[in-house]
Amino acid sequence: METEKPARRRDTDDRRREGIASPVEGFNARAKNAVADAQLHDSIELFTNKSVAGRNAVLNALPEAPELRELAYHIKQETMANLDRYLGQMADAVEARGGNVFFAEDGEDVVRYIGDLARRRGAKVLAKSKSMATEEIELNRRLEEDYADLDLEIVETDLGEWIAQLAGDTPSHIVGPILHMNRRRITEVLSETAGEKLPPDVEALGSFARERLREKFLAADIGITGANFGVAETGTIATVTNEGNGRLVTSVPPVHVVVMGIEKLVPRFADLSVFVRLLARSGTGQKLTVYTNFVTGPRGPGEIDGAEEFHLILMDNGRSELLGTEFEEALYCIRCGACLNVCPVYRQTGGHAYGSTYSGPIGAVITPLLKGGKEAKDLPHPSSLCGACWEACPVGIPLHDLLLKLRNRQVDEGLAGKAQEIAFKGFEKGMSSPTLYNIGSKAARLAQKPAQKDGSIRPMPGPLGAWTNTRDLPPLAPKSFRELWKEGI
Amino acid sequence: MSVVRVLRRLGVEVVYPRGQTCCGQPAFNSGFFDEARGVARHFMDVFEGGNYDHIVSPSGSCTTMVSHYYPFIFDENPDGRARSEDLAPRVREFSDFVVNVLGVNDLGARLGGKAVFHTGCHQRRELGVLEEPRELLRNVEGLDLLDWRNEELCCGFGGTFSVKMPDVSVAMADEKIKALDESGADTLVSCDSSCLMHLKGRLDRTGHQTRVLHLAQVLDGNGG
Repeated sequence: METEKPARRRDTDDRRREGIASPVEGFNARAKNAVADAQLHDSIELFTNKSVAGRNAVLNALPEAPELRELAYHIKQETMANLDRYLGQMADAVEARGGNVFFAEDGEDVVRYIGDLARRRGAKVLAKSKSMATEEIELNRRLEEDYADLDLEIVETDLGEWIAQLAGDTPSHIVGPILHMNRRRITEVLSETAGEKLPPDVEALGSFARERLREKFLAADIGITGANFGVAETGTIATVTNEGNGRLVTSVPPVHVVVMGIEKLVPRFADLSVFVRLLARSGTGQKLTVYTNFVTGPRGPGEIDGAEEFHLILMDNGRSELLGTEFEEALYCIRCGACLNVCPVYRQTGGHAYGSTYSGPIGAVITPLLKGGKEAKDLPHPSSLCGACWEACPVGIPLHDLLLKLRNRQVDEGLAGKAQEIAFKGFEKGMSSPTLYNIGSKAARLAQKPAQKDGSIRPMPGPLGAWTNTRDLPPLAPKSFRELWKEGI
Repeated sequence: MSVVRVLRRLGVEVVYPRGQTCCGQPAFNSGFFDEARGVARHFMDVFEGGNYDHIVSPSGSCTTMVSHYYPFIFDENPDGRARSEDLAPRVREFSDFVVNVLGVNDLGARLGGKAVFHTGCHQRRELGVLEEPRELLRNVEGLDLLDWRNEELCCGFGGTFSVKMPDVSVAMADEKIKALDESGADTLVSCDSSCLMHLKGRLDRTGHQTRVLHLAQVLDGNGG
């Protein structure tokens, strides 16, 4: 009967508004599974330990590393303060070399631009090199859906990204997209693609991938890359890779499209000498990646390689809103992944627990900022605020301070929940009055009595249960320090 | 207790201002900056009163809250900022105070066993007090100070993090405990009681017999 009014549903949103459910439940639910997955734990440990050891070794061997970090921070600071000017300079430089420039406000704009370009060129195969910017906007899925009539074949050519694509999976790390998969799983995925059982050794799997991907490079009508850096004064796009696929994507297909976040700009070519030295060392523990590519516009007269058509898409997607705010430093990130590798939370959960394209500390910071509003409101919380991320960051982003500011913003916006609001109001009152504090600690000492067993507190109901289910809690001392002091020690 | 005894032994006149409560970090870490500022004002009222030369805290984390994060939360409040910046240099973590202010690195303490030292994250990264506690421990007679794997990793306490994200928090503790087991140490020492409470809570629950001590307890010769 349509006239009957349905009962009000108590959905999750309702409960959150009332402050009953914790806003961290999204992450917690995903992390619970991740923490219980021993195989995942081994894979993450192997990758992060290796990355951290490599990073420490090469950075320790570079005496000027602290100065470079400082310099990088200041270059980025200056870039952001004048971003509009540098973006204009970049666009002019690219156009002067015969390239096309498009300012995309969001992912929708990017998808439309590339989709229309594919239509105009009659493109069938699009070859991509690794790009977090395109992951961020789910370019592949949206192109396939929005331009279904073109029947596009979009191929990731970074080995890890390709395997993730074949498995219908998403990257779990900025630099090592499939670190969550072990060799057995990778062999499985590639064997399925090959239609035969491949041996689980690196050589065989690698040569199968090389063979398959080579066909795609040759067939590609459009090559799509990201950008590690864009140089405003010359219009140069710099990409660093280890597999050489990036170079094939930019030089074999007749069209090259770059999707670059607007924060990837550096003003001068010479600035690259700072950033390129920091990037590989921090990310993979290499002094330089195997390939460092510089592409400036389309193939020029007399040049033997390069695309006929060159398109630079400068993507905003929420970034410009951070300029001049207390969160601006989040834009300094060069996506090296060092903060993920050292993060004790990431090391336990891996990237998928974050439920977002960007994971780890930088993901926890930029995801809510780029998405805005109430999106990803669980992400500022999976951090013990240990500061390892800040210490590892090659451009000195105070990631844990930004997480604190994000938590504070949630409180100001009323997203922290009634329960916490009441609790911390009470905390402030209690802690601002020695009398209340004394009464509180005496009451706590009484209240703990029924729960004590063998000198420890046994599992308790309520919020303390989150502690006592898995850890013992030492009972409060029979007498407080304050009381002992009063008695004279 | 041990902190007071050790400091007195070194000739420091120790005063415990009765009005003191908490530094406000739980509210701060949860994003409740207004509430943290309220507690911070109370802290500053209490400790400005006595005109003390130094304020010694047996916790790297509480020290950091006052010395680093009070100026941070009062960033847009000139009065609070000036007060907190004035207070900041006088707030010292216990081992930092003993070694760098008193100039003492050997207390003639004795304790048998093999120990690993856990540096709390604030103490490590914000305060940079890394060598001081180790130096003090190396001079404890009978105590063998060992290295352990991934020493720089957080123990997983993180204040309210430990109850908001218990699964990850405990997994982090377990990683530390695994490294502790591998090291062969029978004693765990730190300058942060909260890290110790977390790790001891997990050690006890998982049937470990590890001795867990604050640095001051070791130096007090009180470790049993």
